[in-house]
Amino acid sequence: MSRPEDTLPPDLFYNDAESRKYTTSSRIQNVQVEMTNRALSLLHLQTPSLILDIGCGSGLSGEILSSVAPSSGGPHIWTGMDISASMLEIALQRDVEGDLLLADIGQGVPFRAGTFDAAISISAVQWLCNAESSDTSPQGRLARFFGGLYASLKRGGRAVCQFYPKNESQRSMVSAAAIRAGFGAGILEDGGGTKGAKVYLVLSVGGGLLRGLWRGWRGWMLRRGVGEACKGRGGRRLGGKGGSSGF
Amino acid sequence: MKILTVNFLTCAVKACKSSPLSFPLHFQDAELEQSDIEYNAAFLRNILPRVDWEALKITANELGFTTVPIEKPDLTPTSTATDKNPVRLPINTSEPQATDEKTMRDLHTLLLETEVREGKMVCGNCGHEYKIKEGIANFLLPSHLV
Ligand SMILES: C[S@@+](CC[C@H](N)C(=O)[O-])C[C@H]1O[C@@H](n2cnc3c(N)ncnc32)[C@H](O)[C@@H]1O
Ligand SMILES: [Zn+2]
Repeated sequence: MSRPEDTLPPDLFYNDAESRKYTTSSRIQNVQVEMTNRALSLLHLQTPSLILDIGCGSGLSGEILSSVAPSSGGPHIWTGMDISASMLEIALQRDVEGDLLLADIGQGVPFRAGTFDAAISISAVQWLCNAESSDTSPQGRLARFFGGLYASLKRGGRAVCQFYPKNESQRSMVSAAAIRAGFGAGILEDGGGTKGAKVYLVLSVGGGLLRGLWRGWRGWMLRRGVGEACKGRGGRRLGGKGGSSGF
Repeated sequence: MKILTVNFLTCAVKACKSSPLSFPLHFQDAELEQSDIEYNAAFLRNILPRVDWEALKITANELGFTTVPIEKPDLTPTSTATDKNPVRLPINTSEPQATDEKTMRDLHTLLLETEVREGKMVCGNCGHEYKIKEGIANFLLPSHLV
Protein backbone atom coordinates (compact mmCIF):
# COMPACT_ATOMS: atom_id res chain seq x y z
CA MET A 1 0.00 0.00 0.00
CA SER A 2 1.41 3.39 -0.87
CA ARG A 3 1.86 5.97 1.85
CA PRO A 4 -0.35 9.03 1.45
CA GLU A 5 2.74 11.16 2.13
CA ASP A 6 4.26 9.84 -1.08
CA THR A 7 1.28 10.71 -3.23
CA LEU A 8 0.34 14.35 -2.57
CA PRO A 9 1.16 17.30 -0.29
CA PRO A 10 -0.96 17.21 2.91
CA ASP A 11 -3.26 20.13 2.05
CA LEU A 12 -4.19 18.41 -1.22
CA PHE A 13 -4.37 14.90 0.19
CA TYR A 14 -6.70 15.99 3.00
CA ASN A 15 -9.34 17.54 0.76
CA ASP A 16 -13.03 17.64 1.69
CA ALA A 17 -13.75 14.04 0.76
CA GLU A 18 -10.65 12.52 2.36
CA SER A 19 -11.05 14.63 5.54
CA ARG A 20 -14.61 13.44 5.94
CA LYS A 21 -13.69 9.84 5.27
CA TYR A 22 -10.84 10.09 7.77
CA THR A 23 -12.89 11.67 10.53
CA THR A 24 -15.91 9.39 10.28
CA SER A 25 -14.01 6.10 10.16
CA SER A 26 -14.55 4.41 13.51
CA ARG A 27 -11.36 2.42 13.04
CA ILE A 28 -9.34 5.62 12.64
CA GLN A 29 -11.16 7.30 15.51
CA ASN A 30 -10.25 4.44 17.84
CA VAL A 31 -6.61 4.40 16.85
CA GLN A 32 -6.24 8.19 17.16
CA VAL A 33 -7.91 8.21 20.57
CA GLU A 34 -5.67 5.44 21.82
CA MET A 35 -2.51 7.15 20.62
CA THR A 36 -3.58 10.50 22.01
CA ASN A 37 -4.17 8.96 25.41
CA ARG A 38 -0.77 7.33 25.24
CA ALA A 39 0.87 10.64 24.33
CA LEU A 40 -1.01 12.38 27.12
CA SER A 41 0.15 9.85 29.67
CA LEU A 42 3.75 10.47 28.55
CA LEU A 43 3.32 14.20 29.19
CA HIS A 44 2.57 13.63 32.88
CA LEU A 45 0.52 16.79 33.23
CA GLN A 46 -0.60 17.48 36.79
CA THR A 47 -2.75 20.58 36.26
CA PRO A 48 -4.98 22.02 33.55
CA SER A 49 -2.49 23.12 30.89
CA LEU A 50 -2.16 25.07 27.67
CA ILE A 51 -1.32 22.55 24.95
CA LEU A 52 -0.36 22.88 21.30
CA ASP A 53 -1.81 20.18 19.01
CA ILE A 54 0.45 19.99 15.95
CA GLY A 55 -1.36 18.77 12.85
CA CYS A 56 -4.63 18.75 14.80
CA GLY A 57 -6.74 17.84 11.78
CA SER A 58 -10.44 17.57 12.52
CA GLY A 59 -9.83 17.52 16.27
CA LEU A 60 -9.85 13.78 17.03
CA SER A 61 -6.71 14.21 19.12
CA GLY A 62 -7.55 17.64 20.57
CA GLU A 63 -10.94 16.78 21.93
CA ILE A 64 -9.32 14.18 24.18
CA LEU A 65 -7.38 17.04 25.77
CA SER A 66 -10.60 18.95 26.49
CA SER A 67 -12.19 15.94 28.10
CA VAL A 68 -9.53 15.03 30.68
CA ALA A 69 -11.25 14.93 34.08
CA PRO A 70 -10.17 17.26 36.92
CA SER A 71 -9.14 14.20 38.91
CA SER A 72 -6.62 13.43 36.14
CA GLY A 73 -5.27 17.00 35.98
CA GLY A 74 -7.57 18.36 33.26
CA PRO A 75 -9.39 19.64 31.40
CA HIS A 76 -6.74 21.23 29.20
CA ILE A 77 -7.04 24.15 26.82
CA TRP A 78 -5.52 23.57 23.40
CA THR A 79 -4.63 25.34 20.20
CA GLY A 80 -4.34 23.36 17.01
CA MET A 81 -2.30 24.01 13.87
CA ASP A 82 -3.12 22.32 10.59
CA ILE A 83 -2.35 22.91 6.93
CA SER A 84 -5.60 21.43 5.61
CA ALA A 85 -8.53 23.85 5.46
CA SER A 86 -10.87 20.90 4.89
CA MET A 87 -9.76 19.18 8.09
CA LEU A 88 -10.21 22.41 10.06
CA GLU A 89 -13.64 22.94 8.53
CA ILE A 90 -14.70 19.56 9.89
CA ALA A 91 -13.24 20.47 13.26
CA LEU A 92 -15.50 23.56 13.20
CA GLN A 93 -18.52 21.48 12.31
CA ARG A 94 -17.71 19.13 15.16
CA ASP A 95 -17.59 22.14 17.46
CA VAL A 96 -14.26 21.34 19.12
CA GLU A 97 -13.20 23.56 22.00
CA GLY A 98 -9.65 24.29 20.85
CA ASP A 99 -8.57 27.28 18.81
CA LEU A 100 -7.57 26.49 15.25
CA LEU A 101 -4.84 27.97 13.07
CA LEU A 102 -4.48 27.31 9.36
CA ALA A 103 -0.72 26.97 9.30
CA ASP A 104 2.18 24.95 7.95
CA ILE A 105 4.32 23.64 10.79
CA GLY A 106 7.22 23.42 8.33
CA GLN A 107 7.17 27.23 8.34
CA GLY A 108 7.61 27.43 12.12
CA VAL A 109 5.44 27.85 15.21
CA PRO A 110 4.20 31.45 15.50
CA PHE A 111 3.91 31.79 19.27
CA ARG A 112 6.02 33.79 21.63
CA ALA A 113 8.66 32.08 23.74
CA GLY A 114 7.47 29.91 26.60
CA THR A 115 3.79 29.88 25.60
CA PHE A 116 2.83 26.23 26.04
CA ASP A 117 3.00 23.82 28.94
CA ALA A 118 3.15 20.95 26.49
CA ALA A 119 2.55 19.87 22.92
CA ILE A 120 1.26 16.77 21.20
CA SER A 121 1.34 15.70 17.61
CA ILE A 122 -0.54 12.63 16.49
CA SER A 123 0.23 11.14 13.06
CA ALA A 124 1.45 14.36 11.43
CA VAL A 125 5.21 14.89 11.63
CA GLN A 126 6.07 12.31 8.94
CA TRP A 127 4.52 14.71 6.43
CA LEU A 128 7.49 17.04 6.94
CA CYS A 129 9.76 14.43 5.40
CA ASN A 130 8.12 14.87 2.01
CA ALA A 131 8.86 18.37 0.85
CA GLU A 132 10.62 18.64 -2.41
CA SER A 133 10.58 22.00 -4.07
CA SER A 134 13.12 24.55 -5.09
CA ASP A 135 12.84 26.62 -1.92
CA THR A 136 12.28 23.96 0.76
CA SER A 137 13.86 20.73 1.90
CA PRO A 138 12.68 18.24 4.53
CA GLN A 139 15.71 19.17 6.65
CA GLY A 140 14.92 22.88 6.45
CA ARG A 141 11.28 22.35 7.32
CA LEU A 142 12.06 19.97 10.19
CA ALA A 143 14.55 22.51 11.55
CA ARG A 144 12.02 25.34 11.44
CA PHE A 145 9.35 23.18 13.01
CA PHE A 146 11.42 21.83 15.91
CA GLY A 147 13.15 25.19 16.43
CA GLY A 148 9.81 26.94 16.67
CA LEU A 149 8.32 24.23 18.87
CA TYR A 150 11.28 24.35 21.23
CA ALA A 151 10.97 28.10 21.66
CA SER A 152 7.20 28.02 22.13
CA LEU A 153 7.36 25.57 25.05
CA LYS A 154 8.01 26.75 28.57
CA ARG A 155 11.08 25.50 30.42
CA GLY A 156 10.50 21.99 31.65
CA GLY A 157 7.77 21.61 29.03
CA ARG A 158 7.35 18.38 27.11
CA ALA A 159 6.17 17.37 23.69
CA VAL A 160 5.16 13.96 22.42
CA CYS A 161 5.03 13.40 18.67
CA GLN A 162 3.59 10.11 17.47
CA PHE A 163 4.56 9.69 13.83
CA TYR A 164 4.90 7.11 11.09
CA PRO A 165 8.47 7.07 9.84
CA LYS A 166 8.72 5.44 6.44
CA ASN A 167 12.01 3.80 7.33
CA GLU A 168 14.98 3.93 9.67
CA SER A 169 16.47 6.95 7.96
CA GLN A 170 13.31 9.06 8.33
CA ARG A 171 13.14 8.10 11.94
CA SER A 172 16.68 9.28 12.58
CA MET A 173 16.26 12.38 10.44
CA VAL A 174 13.28 13.46 12.57
CA SER A 175 14.87 12.72 15.94
CA ALA A 176 18.15 14.31 14.89
CA ALA A 177 16.29 17.49 13.93
CA ALA A 178 14.60 17.60 17.34
CA ILE A 179 17.90 17.14 19.15
CA ARG A 180 19.57 19.80 17.03
CA ALA A 181 16.80 22.22 18.08
CA GLY A 182 17.83 21.68 21.71
CA PHE A 183 15.40 19.05 22.92
CA GLY A 184 16.23 16.17 25.19
CA ALA A 185 14.74 13.35 23.14
CA GLY A 186 13.86 9.70 23.28
CA ILE A 187 11.95 7.33 21.08
CA LEU A 188 9.38 4.95 22.46
CA GLU A 189 7.89 2.23 20.33
CA ASP A 190 4.72 0.33 21.12
CA GLY A 191 4.21 -2.95 19.32
CA GLY A 192 7.56 -2.68 17.55
CA GLY A 193 8.08 -5.05 14.67
CA THR A 194 4.36 -5.56 14.21
CA LYS A 195 2.11 -4.03 11.59
CA GLY A 196 0.52 -1.76 14.18
CA ALA A 197 3.83 -0.41 15.54
CA LYS A 198 3.55 3.10 16.95
CA VAL A 199 6.53 5.40 17.33
CA TYR A 200 6.49 8.22 19.89
CA LEU A 201 9.17 10.87 19.93
CA VAL A 202 9.26 12.17 23.50
CA LEU A 203 10.86 15.60 23.87
CA SER A 204 11.70 17.84 26.77
CA VAL A 205 12.92 21.40 27.12
CA GLY A 206 15.66 21.31 29.72
CA GLY A 207 16.74 17.67 29.47
CA GLY A 208 17.02 16.96 33.17
CA LEU A 209 13.42 16.01 33.50
CA LEU A 210 13.71 13.11 31.16
CA ARG A 211 16.15 11.23 33.33
CA GLY A 212 13.53 10.23 35.87
CA LEU A 213 11.10 9.45 33.13
CA TRP A 214 13.45 7.01 31.45
CA ARG A 215 14.08 5.04 34.56
CA GLY A 216 10.77 3.24 34.44
CA TRP A 217 11.13 2.44 30.79
CA ARG A 218 12.52 -0.82 29.60
CA GLY A 219 14.93 -0.84 26.76
CA TRP A 220 14.01 2.11 24.65
CA MET A 221 16.41 3.88 22.52
CA LEU A 222 17.66 6.84 24.43
CA ARG A 223 19.20 9.80 22.73
CA ARG A 224 20.62 12.68 24.59
CA GLY A 225 22.64 15.51 23.15
CA VAL A 226 23.94 14.82 19.71
CA GLY A 227 25.26 11.38 20.50
CA GLU A 228 23.08 8.38 20.88
CA ALA A 229 23.08 5.96 23.76
CA CYS A 230 21.24 2.69 23.69
CA LYS A 231 19.78 1.73 26.99
CA GLY A 232 20.07 -2.01 26.90
CA ARG A 233 21.11 -3.37 23.55
CA GLY A 234 18.13 -5.65 23.27
CA GLY A 235 15.94 -2.63 23.86
CA ARG A 236 14.27 -2.46 20.54
CA ARG A 237 13.33 -6.11 20.74
CA LEU A 238 12.03 -5.79 24.26
CA GLY A 239 9.69 -3.02 23.22
CA GLY A 240 8.70 -5.23 20.32
CA LYS A 241 6.45 -8.21 20.30
CA GLY A 242 5.39 -7.76 23.89
CA GLY A 243 3.58 -4.63 22.84
CA SER A 244 3.40 -1.64 25.10
CA SER A 245 5.64 -1.53 28.11
CA GLY A 246 3.46 0.84 30.08
CA PHE A 247 4.38 2.31 33.42
CA MET B 1 -9.92 32.65 18.08
CA LYS B 2 -9.78 33.20 21.82
CA ILE B 3 -8.35 36.40 23.29
CA LEU B 4 -6.03 34.16 25.28
CA THR B 5 -4.51 32.74 22.09
CA VAL B 6 -4.00 36.20 20.63
CA ASN B 7 -1.93 37.05 23.70
CA PHE B 8 0.62 34.43 22.61
CA LEU B 9 0.60 34.75 18.81
CA THR B 10 3.41 36.62 17.07
CA CYS B 11 4.06 37.52 13.48
CA ALA B 12 5.36 34.45 11.62
CA VAL B 13 7.45 36.41 9.13
CA LYS B 14 11.12 35.59 9.58
CA ALA B 15 12.30 39.18 9.55
CA CYS B 16 9.90 40.01 12.42
CA LYS B 17 11.20 37.43 14.89
CA SER B 18 13.49 39.91 16.59
CA SER B 19 11.24 42.97 16.42
CA PRO B 20 9.31 44.03 19.54
CA LEU B 21 6.76 45.62 17.19
CA SER B 22 5.61 42.21 15.97
CA PHE B 23 3.75 41.52 19.21
CA PRO B 24 0.88 41.78 19.91
CA LEU B 25 -0.76 41.58 16.51
CA HIS B 26 -3.31 44.36 16.00
CA PHE B 27 -6.96 43.81 15.24
CA GLN B 28 -8.86 45.31 12.36
CA ASP B 29 -12.54 44.85 11.54
CA ALA B 30 -12.96 42.29 14.28
CA GLU B 31 -16.33 40.64 14.85
CA LEU B 32 -16.71 39.07 18.25
CA GLU B 33 -18.72 36.19 19.56
CA GLN B 34 -19.29 34.91 23.06
CA SER B 35 -18.84 31.18 23.60
CA ASP B 36 -19.43 28.93 26.54
CA ILE B 37 -16.45 27.27 28.14
CA GLU B 38 -16.47 25.65 31.53
CA TYR B 39 -14.90 27.83 34.20
CA ASN B 40 -11.54 26.40 35.19
CA ALA B 41 -9.84 28.21 38.07
CA ALA B 42 -6.83 25.89 38.08
CA PHE B 43 -6.16 26.65 34.43
CA LEU B 44 -6.40 30.40 35.03
CA ARG B 45 -3.95 30.23 37.89
CA ASN B 46 -1.59 28.23 35.72
CA ILE B 47 -1.75 30.52 32.71
CA LEU B 48 -2.01 33.97 34.28
CA PRO B 49 1.71 34.37 35.05
CA ARG B 50 2.37 33.86 31.31
CA VAL B 51 -0.21 36.39 30.11
CA ASP B 52 1.45 39.56 28.82
CA TRP B 53 -0.68 42.15 30.57
CA GLU B 54 0.40 45.16 28.52
CA ALA B 55 -0.41 43.26 25.32
CA LEU B 56 -3.76 42.18 26.73
CA LYS B 57 -4.67 45.80 27.44
CA ILE B 58 -3.77 46.79 23.89
CA THR B 59 -5.88 43.95 22.46
CA ALA B 60 -8.82 44.64 24.75
CA ASN B 61 -8.70 48.30 23.83
CA GLU B 62 -8.70 47.52 20.10
CA LEU B 63 -11.72 45.28 20.57
CA GLY B 64 -13.57 47.86 22.64
CA PHE B 65 -13.29 46.36 26.11
CA THR B 66 -12.63 48.90 28.80
CA THR B 67 -12.80 46.70 31.85
CA VAL B 68 -9.32 45.17 31.94
CA PRO B 69 -7.63 46.08 35.25
CA ILE B 70 -4.55 48.32 34.95
CA GLU B 71 -2.41 45.79 36.78
CA LYS B 72 -2.35 42.05 36.38
CA PRO B 73 -4.39 40.66 39.28
CA ASP B 74 -2.39 38.74 41.82
CA LEU B 75 -4.33 35.53 42.14
CA THR B 76 -2.44 34.28 45.14
CA PRO B 77 -3.30 36.89 47.84
CA THR B 78 -5.60 34.65 49.84
CA SER B 79 -3.01 31.97 50.29
CA THR B 80 -0.36 34.54 51.23
CA ALA B 81 -2.72 36.17 53.70
CA THR B 82 -3.56 32.87 55.33
CA ASP B 83 0.08 31.83 55.50
CA LYS B 84 1.03 35.06 57.20
CA ASN B 85 -2.03 35.36 59.31
CA PRO B 86 -3.56 32.02 60.02
CA VAL B 87 -5.37 33.16 63.14
CA ARG B 88 -7.39 35.87 61.46
CA LEU B 89 -8.32 33.64 58.60
CA PRO B 90 -12.11 33.73 58.91
CA ILE B 91 -12.32 37.54 59.01
CA ASN B 92 -9.55 38.29 56.57
CA THR B 93 -10.24 35.95 53.71
CA SER B 94 -13.93 36.33 53.14
CA GLU B 95 -13.76 39.59 51.25
CA PRO B 96 -10.60 39.06 49.19
CA GLN B 97 -11.92 35.67 48.19
CA ALA B 98 -15.07 37.20 46.85
CA THR B 99 -13.03 39.74 44.88
CA ASP B 100 -10.74 37.02 43.58
CA GLU B 101 -13.65 34.99 42.44
CA LYS B 102 -15.14 37.91 40.55
CA THR B 103 -11.80 38.85 38.99
CA MET B 104 -11.24 35.25 37.96
CA ARG B 105 -14.68 34.92 36.40
CA ASP B 106 -14.17 38.15 34.47
CA LEU B 107 -10.81 36.94 33.22
CA HIS B 108 -12.33 33.64 32.20
CA THR B 109 -14.98 35.46 30.18
CA LEU B 110 -12.46 37.72 28.49
CA LEU B 111 -9.63 35.27 27.84
CA LEU B 112 -11.49 32.06 27.09
CA GLU B 113 -15.07 32.85 26.17
CA THR B 114 -14.59 35.93 24.01
CA GLU B 115 -13.74 34.93 20.46
CA VAL B 116 -12.92 36.77 17.28
CA ARG B 117 -14.99 35.19 14.50
CA GLU B 118 -14.06 37.40 11.56
CA GLY B 119 -11.53 40.14 10.86
CA LYS B 120 -7.79 40.35 10.63
CA MET B 121 -4.68 40.69 12.75
CA VAL B 122 -1.95 42.95 11.48
CA CYS B 123 1.75 42.92 12.34
CA GLY B 124 2.97 46.25 13.72
CA ASN B 125 6.39 45.68 12.16
CA CYS B 126 5.89 44.36 8.61
CA GLY B 127 2.19 45.02 8.12
CA HIS B 128 1.41 41.42 7.16
CA GLU B 129 -2.30 40.67 7.58
CA TYR B 130 -3.51 37.44 9.12
CA LYS B 131 -7.13 36.93 8.11
CA ILE B 132 -9.59 35.32 10.48
CA LYS B 133 -12.51 33.40 9.00
CA GLU B 134 -15.03 31.49 11.09
CA GLY B 135 -12.64 31.91 13.99
CA ILE B 136 -9.70 30.34 12.17
CA ALA B 137 -6.66 32.54 11.63
CA ASN B 138 -4.68 31.97 8.46
CA PHE B 139 -0.94 31.83 9.22
CA LEU B 140 0.16 30.33 5.91
CA LEU B 141 2.98 32.45 4.54
CA PRO B 142 4.17 32.87 0.98
CA SER B 143 7.53 31.08 0.87
CA HIS B 144 9.63 34.24 0.43
CA LEU B 145 8.54 35.44 3.90
CA VAL B 146 9.37 32.19 5.74
C1 LIG C 1 -3.47 11.71 10.10
S1 LIG C 1 -3.98 13.36 10.33
C2 LIG C 1 -4.03 13.48 12.11
C3 LIG C 1 -4.98 14.52 12.63
C4 LIG C 1 -5.18 14.51 14.14
N1 LIG C 1 -3.95 14.78 14.84
C5 LIG C 1 -5.77 13.19 14.57
O1 LIG C 1 -5.15 12.52 15.41
O2 LIG C 1 -6.82 12.83 14.09
C6 LIG C 1 -2.53 14.28 9.90
C7 LIG C 1 -2.75 15.77 9.87
O3 LIG C 1 -1.49 16.43 9.73
C8 LIG C 1 -1.71 17.58 8.96
N2 LIG C 1 -0.43 18.08 8.41
C9 LIG C 1 0.37 17.45 7.55
N3 LIG C 1 1.42 18.24 7.23
C10 LIG C 1 1.25 19.40 7.91
C11 LIG C 1 1.99 20.61 7.98
N4 LIG C 1 3.10 20.80 7.27
N5 LIG C 1 1.52 21.62 8.77
C12 LIG C 1 0.38 21.43 9.49
N6 LIG C 1 -0.35 20.31 9.46
C13 LIG C 1 0.07 19.29 8.67
C14 LIG C 1 -2.67 17.11 7.89
O4 LIG C 1 -3.33 18.19 7.27
C15 LIG C 1 -3.61 16.23 8.71
O5 LIG C 1 -4.73 16.93 9.20
ZN1 LIG D 1 5.58 40.96 10.79
